[in-house]
Parts: sequence; C-alpha cells; structure tokens
Amino acid sequence: MTRGRFGAWAAAGLGAVYFLLPLIATFEFSLRMRRGQYSFDAYAAVFASGGFQASFLYSTGLALATIVVAAALVVPTAYFVRLRLPHLAGVVEFITLLPLVIPAIVLVFGYIRLYGSSSFLPLTSTSLGADALLMFGYVGLGLPYMYRSVDTALQAIDARTLTEAAESQGAGSLRILFQVILPNIRSGVLSGAFLTFAIVIGEFTFASLLDRPAFGPYLQRIGASRAYEPAALAVIAFALTWACLGLIQLVGGAPQASTRR
Amino acid sequence: MSFVTLARIQKSFGHAAVVKDFTLAVERGEFVTFLGPSGCGKTTILRMIAGFEQPSAGVIRIGGRDVTHLRANRRAIGMVFQAYALFPNMTVARNIGFGLKVAGKPAAEIEARVAEMLALIKLPDLAGRYPHQLSGGQQQRVSLARALAPNPQILLLDEPLSALDARIRVALREDIRALQRKLGITTIFVTHDQEEALSISDRIVVMHAGAIEQVGTPAEVYNRPKTRFVASFVGTLNTFAGVVADPAAGALRLGETTIFTRAPIEGARAGETRMLALRPEALSLEGAADGANALRVVIEDASFLGAVVRLKARFGDTILLADVFNAVGLALPQPGETVELSFRREDVIVLEGD
Ligand SMILES: Nc1ncnc2c1ncn2[C@@H]1O[C@H](COP(=O)(O)OP(=O)(O)OP(=O)(O)O)[C@@H](O)[C@H]1O
Ligand SMILES: [Mg+2]
Repeated sequence: MTRGRFGAWAAAGLGAVYFLLPLIATFEFSLRMRRGQYSFDAYAAVFASGGFQASFLYSTGLALATIVVAAALVVPTAYFVRLRLPHLAGVVEFITLLPLVIPAIVLVFGYIRLYGSSSFLPLTSTSLGADALLMFGYVGLGLPYMYRSVDTALQAIDARTLTEAAESQGAGSLRILFQVILPNIRSGVLSGAFLTFAIVIGEFTFASLLDRPAFGPYLQRIGASRAYEPAALAVIAFALTWACLGLIQLVGGAPQASTRR
Repeated sequence: MSFVTLARIQKSFGHAAVVKDFTLAVERGEFVTFLGPSGCGKTTILRMIAGFEQPSAGVIRIGGRDVTHLRANRRAIGMVFQAYALFPNMTVARNIGFGLKVAGKPAAEIEARVAEMLALIKLPDLAGRYPHQLSGGQQQRVSLARALAPNPQILLLDEPLSALDARIRVALREDIRALQRKLGITTIFVTHDQEEALSISDRIVVMHAGAIEQVGTPAEVYNRPKTRFVASFVGTLNTFAGVVADPAAGALRLGETTIFTRAPIEGARAGETRMLALRPEALSLEGAADGANALRVVIEDASFLGAVVRLKARFGDTILLADVFNAVGLALPQPGETVELSFRREDVIVLEGD
C-alpha cells in the first residue's frame, strides 16, 4: 500500500469513527432500558405511545402535501425559466437559495406577523389555517433542494430541444410539460421529494412556534422528559433519513433504462 | 407561386444583426440546402421558418399563407435536429406516432402509419426499442420518421448528419434524398459541409455573415461562383488578381501574359483590377488548344493523390494548384521545372467585387 493510499484510508477511517461512534453509542444506550440486559423495550415504548403515532402521521401527511405543492410550483417554474427566461436563471436561483441563508426562526416570526390573528389573512387562528401555513413554510424550506434537483434534471435532458421537437409535432405547452418533460425528469423530482421529506419529518422550529402537533416538537418533548426513549427515537429518525437518501440513490443513480419504463 | 417564401427577413439578438435582409423562394417539392460557415445564421433562419424564433422584420409565407407570427405547433412542419431529440421516455413507435396522437388520430391509423414509416426508414424491427438502445444513425432515422409521420408541409433538417461518422453520413444522406424524392416533400437542409450540399440539393443557398452570397444549382455554385467567398467555400479554388485590358473582348492582363474569358466582362472598365478564379481541375499540362489560355509556371511540388496528381506551381507571386489526371505514360514535371499550364476560356471565373 502506498503512502497516499494509506493517508486516504486513514482519513476515511477517522471520518467514519467521527460519525459512527456517537451513533453506535446512542444505539447501545437505547437498548439498555431493561436493567442488566439489552432489549428493544425503549423502541416498544416509543411505538406504543400515542404521541409517536399521531405526530409521525401528522408530519408524514404534511410532508406529502409539501412535496405535491413544491413540485407543482417548482417544475413549471424551473422549466419556463430554462426555456423562455434564461437570463433570469441567476435571480431565480438566488431566490430559491434564500431559505438556506435566512434562519428558520426569522422566517417563522415573519409568517406569524404576516398571518397572525390580527392580520389581513389570519391563518394562525384556525388549526387548518395553521396547518396550511406550516405546509407553505415547508415548501419554502424545501425550495433549494427541490429547485436544484429539478433544474439539474432539466439540464440533463436538454429540455429546450425536446420542447421544440414536441412543438413541431403540434403539441401544446401542457402536453409537452406532462408527456415529454415530466416523465424524463422524474428522478430529479423524486430526489427533491425525498430531501423535502427528510427535512419536514424532523423540523422543529416552525412546528413548535406555530404550535402544531408535528414529529419534531414531539421528539423534543420526549427528549426533555425521558431517558432511553429519546435515544431510540434518534436512531429511528436517523434510519428514516438514511432510508430517504437510499431511495434517492436508488431512483436517481439507477441507469436511465430502468427509470424510464 | 412559390411554396415557401422568405421576404426581407431580418433577425437581431440585442444589437447583433444575425440575419440581414434574407429573401428566398422555395418551390413545392424542392430540396434546398443552406450552406455556410459556422455562425453565419443558418440555424437562425431555419428556426424562424419552424416558428421557434420571431424575425425582427420581414414576412414568412408557407403555401401562400402568412405564418410569420403563427405558433410553432400550428405550422405543420417536420423538424430533424442535429442531436436527434427523440423523446427518451417513449419507444420508437410512440416517438413516431407522437404527432399523430397530438392530432387526435385513431389508434389503428397511428399504428398503420408508424409501421409504414418504420418500413420507409428501413428499421421495421425496432418499434419496441427505447432511443437509448439505438445507434446514432438509427436514432436519426427514427427522428426523420417522426418528422415525416404527420405529413408535414415542409421538412427542415439542421445538420442532421454532423454527429454521425463518415460512412453512415453518406448512406443516410442518400436515404434522406431518396425519401424526399419519393414523398415529394419540400425540404430545407442546413449544413456547413460543401460536399454534402453539392451531392444532395436541387439548389444551394450559400450564406455568409447573415446574408445570401449566391443561390444556384450545385453545378452553378461550383462552376460559376459569383463571389470570392463562394468560390473559396465551395471546393478548392485558385484566386488571383488581373487587370482588365479590354472588357468587350474579355481580355485581362496577368503581368506579361494576356488571358481571355469566354464572354465580355460585364460592368468593367479597362485598367480596373478584378479577382479571378480557376478550379484546380481546369488546369491542364497538355498543350493549349486553339484559343485556350496558357500560363508559364514553375513547378514547386507534385503530390500523388491516386487518380489525380496535385501540382503546386508558382506564377509570379501567386501559387496555383492544378489537379491533373494520372494518365498512364504521363510524364510528371519535376520540382523546379518550367511548364505551361493551359485552361479553357470558359473556365476563367471573374468574381464580383474584390
Ligand atoms: N439566442 C441567441 N442569442 C444571441 N445570439 C444568438 C442566439 N442564437 C444565435 N445567436 C448568434 O447568431 C449567430 C448565428 O447563429 P446560428 O446558430 O444561426 O449559426 P449557424 O449558421 O447555424 O452556425 P453553426 O454552423 O455553427 O450551427 C451566431 O453568431 C450566434 O452566436
Ligand atoms: Mg447551426
């Protein structure tokens, strides 16, 4: 083994230890609920608790709604910017990156001011309104990821030429979007969707300040009041996130042929 | 009346005038090629005919109808792109049938037409394949079939062969021409390859910097180039200056030598300098026949190209290239030797402008 190879392995090993050690320790701790032996009692307790199921279902539903709205917003936008307004691409990209720059706490206070009970559109006064506000907030949070994935996919298929080919065949804009563009950027939309899902499932700030029964605040509450369950929840949340990333790999990284059918 | 007319078309992107006052009439069933160097505006004009770009000024008519501001999807035009642009999510059959489906044709009719098109492009067994499972040549054939399937008024092809390798390029260009003749479809073909243009077209439009230099049949453009640009772009050409001695007699002086053109030199005055051109294959080593021109030159180099031998000869300050047939028994001149190169009066091309 050459020196360079050795260095690379050492760096990779160090990185792995840095990430894996706390994870393994957390996992080990989560198994220790029963005195004197390893067990999955903490996990059983978590899954049995009503709070877990309710908040997890709530956040999953919210994540799905967020994905649908984000995709409906981003796909046509990215497509038309690429096609008709290429000189605006920089501006649009900057806007989509803003949620990464502005802290969530600032965003949510902005929302509360704009849509609070004394505003012209008092979304926070009803629970459905607050759900909607949370969902739109999440659309914003997921925007950088969704826009990037979709835009990259559009670039990869040469959307402009495909559009022109379809136009010369007589197709209108809607047909082109749904029958020619969307099927060919499916993997991009899906990877944006999984990233959005991962963000929404664990999000705390928005949900907590809007007082919604989401999974993030539930995690936080358990963490403050129990010993073993938080460790179990952390492992579960981690597994979920990795499952999402794995799905992106599966969908986005698979050879074109298998995603096209 | 012509089938496609472009009247005084102009196109600017910002301040850059890309197409300048482009006027052309294409007859029904004609095969017209736009030939010109990279960036001269060929694609831009094609895209305006297709409706993907709007002209800054001018009128485009197809079949007598003004389509200048008609949307691309209402023009009934078949387009073949350099990069094939097949829909990756559809099989070959669905690609070819796409336009028919858009037009709302019944499934049975679409199926029959797709089968007919597949037979025409000689790929009857590939209906179920996806584009990424085809070679470049096959993809371009499918793209051609897709463009033709809905029976378009015009077929537009933008450098459809330039992504393919040489052998396939020649085969496919012959097939395109055969298919075009068979269907009698009005076709505009864009290329920067002069051999391709000469071999495939009814008429060639030679373009330079957004304007037309010359329009003519391949033979006209090759044998009678009007400008120095056309002369140098289409084939190899010797160009040199001559002083007009007697315009009516077609006499020109090249240093000490006087040569004659076949016809009077129009619009020239005695004493004026004009650019002249000669094809390498017009020059001959065999002695000048009656009335032919001859130049005494010094051979600099002779290279053997198989059927022809290319001579590099010096005449004053000018280097002339001459292609002579490699006839058995022909004694090739050696470098340094002085010989007489002869050419017929009708081979002298007097170019416009300077
Ligand atoms: N959308 C555009 N915006 C600005 N300039 C453009 C645009 N499209 C083309 N041009 C410019 O117009 C000129 C002509 O372009 P065009 O694509 O028509 O050339 P072409 O003859 O097809 O060349 P090639 O043989 O390289 O394809 C070029 O200088 C190009 O840079
Ligand atoms: Mg071009």
